[in-house]
Amino acid sequence: MSAEAECPECAAVIELDDDVVEGEIVTCTECGMELEVVPGNPWSLTPAPEEEEDWGE
Amino acid sequence: MPEPLSAAIVGGSGYVGGELLRLLLAHPHVTVLQITSESQTGRPVHTVHPNLRSVTDLKFSQEGSLDAVDILFLALPHGSAAGRMDHFDGLAQRIIDCSADFRLRDAGVYAQWYGHAHPDPDRLPRFVYGLPERHRSELTGATHASGVGCNASATILALGPLADEGLLERVVADIKVGSSEAGSRPSESSHHPERSGVIRSFMPTGHRHQAEVVQTLGTGFDLSFSVTSVGLVRGVLVTAHCFLRAAVTEKDLWALYRNHYGSEPFIRLVNQRRGIHRYPEPRLTTGSNFCDVGFVVDQGSRHRRVVVLAALDNLVKGAAGSAVQSMNLMIGCDEVAGLGFPGLHPL
Repeated sequence: MSAEAECPECAAVIELDDDVVEGEIVTCTECGMELEVVPGNPWSLTPAPEEEEDWGE
Repeated sequence: MPEPLSAAIVGGSGYVGGELLRLLLAHPHVTVLQITSESQTGRPVHTVHPNLRSVTDLKFSQEGSLDAVDILFLALPHGSAAGRMDHFDGLAQRIIDCSADFRLRDAGVYAQWYGHAHPDPDRLPRFVYGLPERHRSELTGATHASGVGCNASATILALGPLADEGLLERVVADIKVGSSEAGSRPSESSHHPERSGVIRSFMPTGHRHQAEVVQTLGTGFDLSFSVTSVGLVRGVLVTAHCFLRAAVTEKDLWALYRNHYGSEPFIRLVNQRRGIHRYPEPRLTTGSNFCDVGFVVDQGSRHRRVVVLAALDNLVKGAAGSAVQSMNLMIGCDEVAGLGFPGLHPL
């Protein structure tokens, strides 16, 4: 059975693949946040480092 | 349910009539037998709705030649149907009136907003307000439904979860709308040199759709409602500045909106952390029955100001699409039947 973890941004439940590995980047299907997989029991997620977007505004 | 059910559209030469026909021609349980237009009688419908060329052989007929059908859609100008409901009731057991004539349940409120007494006030309670997200159980099996105001629909769907939880103290709803909201009849204000590229304050106060919002969400909060015409053909975008009775976090809002809308087939929560389509955009709903809803907490307001956004296609989710969705509930078929078009990108 695949593991689940909660998005720290929007609290969506995210299913992790069976072969998920430490440091893998997953995207929350609801808020689009990119998240880094943190090993543990259970697995958890933390916001992945991101580059600032240039909106030119 | 005998299949297919027969339907007719009265007032089919307008934009809402055209969208009703487009949706119903692809509906698995309904066949449109007649579509009327007094000004276009005898002409093929594709001469007015060119997107339907080769899709249907229907021609516009006169209202006087209507036969009895299972479902009658009224897409007439406001004020045109209200005085003739005995006639229409004689033609069909189920009626959906897309005009504003039967949206408000209280004749006094109708008179206040429309400036004249309702011609048939005793019939008002018979019509269910045709927004399934708020009236699903009443619409199920109903015989009469009203249409919905497009600006009202977007605002109701944006604010509904916060209003239901009693969180709203005051709301300033800024609504930007496309030109098709004004209908297919040209006017001085719709003349291309006057309309193209505008950002024109249309109704800073006093827009009639405000009455539908108050009727649906109640009087528990103060609502300011301003409508601005912008250079779109289709689309409504509501930017609702909500001043709350209690502080909330964005996670609270995710939980609240998921709880209210998680099983709604035509509401999508749009609050993306990345990319250019982070919040609801009207263009992405074009032709579809979706209403996209998003929200942001103003971190500088001690978490007591929230901006809620909602976008929809005024001719679909704001008119013909909600009418077909309501019809699906009325006839007991799958609520999403005939409404699967997901919109276009890019557009």
